[in-house]
Amino acid sequence: MQPPVTARQLLRYLPVLPAVLLLLVFLAGPVLWAFQASLTDAGLTGRSARNPSWVGLENYQRLFADPVFPLSVLLTVVFVAGSAVVGQNLLGLALAVLMRRARPAVSAAVGTTVVAAWVLPEIVAAFAAYAYFSGDGTLNQLLGRLGLARQDWLYAFPMMAVMLANVWRGTAFSMLVYRAALNEVPAEVSEAAQVDGAHGWQRFAFITLPMIRGSIATNLMLITLQTLAVFTLVWVMTAGGPANASTTLPVLAYLEAFKFGDIGYGTAVASVLILIGAVFGLVYIRLLRETRP
Amino acid sequence: MTVPAQASRVLRSGRNAAKRRRAGSTPADLVLLLIGACFLLPLLWLILASLDAEAGHELKLPDRAGLENFAAVLTPELLLRPLWNSLVLSGGTAAVTVVAAVLAAYPLSRYRSRFNQPFLYTVLFGTCLPITAIMVPVYGLFVQFELLDSMPATIFFMATTTLPMAIWMTRNFMAGVPVSLEEAAWVDGASRMTALRTIVLPLMRQGLGVVFIFVFIQAWGNFFVPFVLLLSEARQPAAVSIFSFFGQHGAVAYGQLAAFSILYSLPVLFLYVIVARGAGSSFALSGAVRG
Repeated sequence: MQPPVTARQLLRYLPVLPAVLLLLVFLAGPVLWAFQASLTDAGLTGRSARNPSWVGLENYQRLFADPVFPLSVLLTVVFVAGSAVVGQNLLGLALAVLMRRARPAVSAAVGTTVVAAWVLPEIVAAFAAYAYFSGDGTLNQLLGRLGLARQDWLYAFPMMAVMLANVWRGTAFSMLVYRAALNEVPAEVSEAAQVDGAHGWQRFAFITLPMIRGSIATNLMLITLQTLAVFTLVWVMTAGGPANASTTLPVLAYLEAFKFGDIGYGTAVASVLILIGAVFGLVYIRLLRETRP
Repeated sequence: MTVPAQASRVLRSGRNAAKRRRAGSTPADLVLLLIGACFLLPLLWLILASLDAEAGHELKLPDRAGLENFAAVLTPELLLRPLWNSLVLSGGTAAVTVVAAVLAAYPLSRYRSRFNQPFLYTVLFGTCLPITAIMVPVYGLFVQFELLDSMPATIFFMATTTLPMAIWMTRNFMAGVPVSLEEAAWVDGASRMTALRTIVLPLMRQGLGVVFIFVFIQAWGNFFVPFVLLLSEARQPAAVSIFSFFGQHGAVAYGQLAAFSILYSLPVLFLYVIVARGAGSSFALSGAVRG
């Protein structure tokens, strides 16, 4: 006896079930729980941990009255715009372009170095960056050699230090994306423009860049989302300090929830971050659907 | 790139532009080397400090290079148990991810349905959510269900965070295996799952290797998830124990910290080289990025 078509179709999709269950329990569950818990006074320990009570929008009211929150949003925007959209993106593109013009041995050696910083476990990269920017670290040694003033980078310019570290850590991704994209641009198009008298930078700006705009958009979205979630690098280098001077949203959410034991307030911060990520995610998926037939 | 590049050089030998580009230009070399040096310096400290028993933050050649730092950290409590925990955590995560991804990718790559596209884009949307933001609610959830400090629960959570990317990659690799090969097996009476196991999976084992290694590398390097979810020292992976080591001894034993970091990083560097050599990193990357 043959089962009805709909049941058979459902049965065919049975193997998807484990993945769906995992995603529901461990991804959708926490996200929904976050929005709910952000409306309670849930604590890390004590009575409010076992039996949190409903406080409505109080956490959000506190959030918008708290001077640290707007500062944290601003720092997150600066961090993402400076280290990902400008830093990683432009440096990655520059590296990919230069690697096509340089000798193969040079481009292979430099490529390996850039990728090494990206492949290392994040905690190791964070230690290396911490040592580099610390008081008697490599950067100050270099500045000393050049006769320039030494600085205590992690205290005087914490955002500058974590942003440079994030550029160092993440540029490899943009570089790989742009190398793949440039390899797919047919040489004939550029050569035809050359015959028409276009100069190097003109060919690049008016022919190459428009041809890889799909990759540029994808790359920008992905590095924005990655950088939005960076925690370890900032935590190891500055722990959000000094005096909240480098407290990006992930660090703020962690501090409120685990250092100050206020899970309800911490999840309110996390919920805002999840919402920002969701907006970028929707834009990214829209972009992807448009570029794919 | 060598063979096609050589062929095209022969084809275009009359054109200056092509010739100039293939030969490589000195200004480009110099700029590239300068950028490369900036990227190298922080890594160089790691290597030199690991060989220097009296290492500090500054970059210097050791007065007397030796392996004392490595010997000092190569103890069961300090390094071997955390590394073993990392292996269990990353291996478990990669195994769960690959199994769930293969099962999910099969119907998605073999049947045409209105269900496929929305499902895949919803899954992709899942990769966009910042995991660090989700950790606070996940902690709350783990407290409620008494899953804190549980290795299996942490493995399932980590597998879920890498699952969306793995499903996309696996589906793309599976789409590369022609259906006609399976049809022959169906004619012989094999079930769909038997055909998947005996025909499709062996043909895409290189792709599965890439997915496994990608997930493994991510899990191995993950600090924040085990930092929040695994509390007892006996279960903590190297990423977390190295952080506690840094907090306790970091101010005095930079050389040991560097040696610990290198030993902990070696496995993922090695795995990355395998993937990059075998499949081409940009190839694997494009599978993850462009779908």
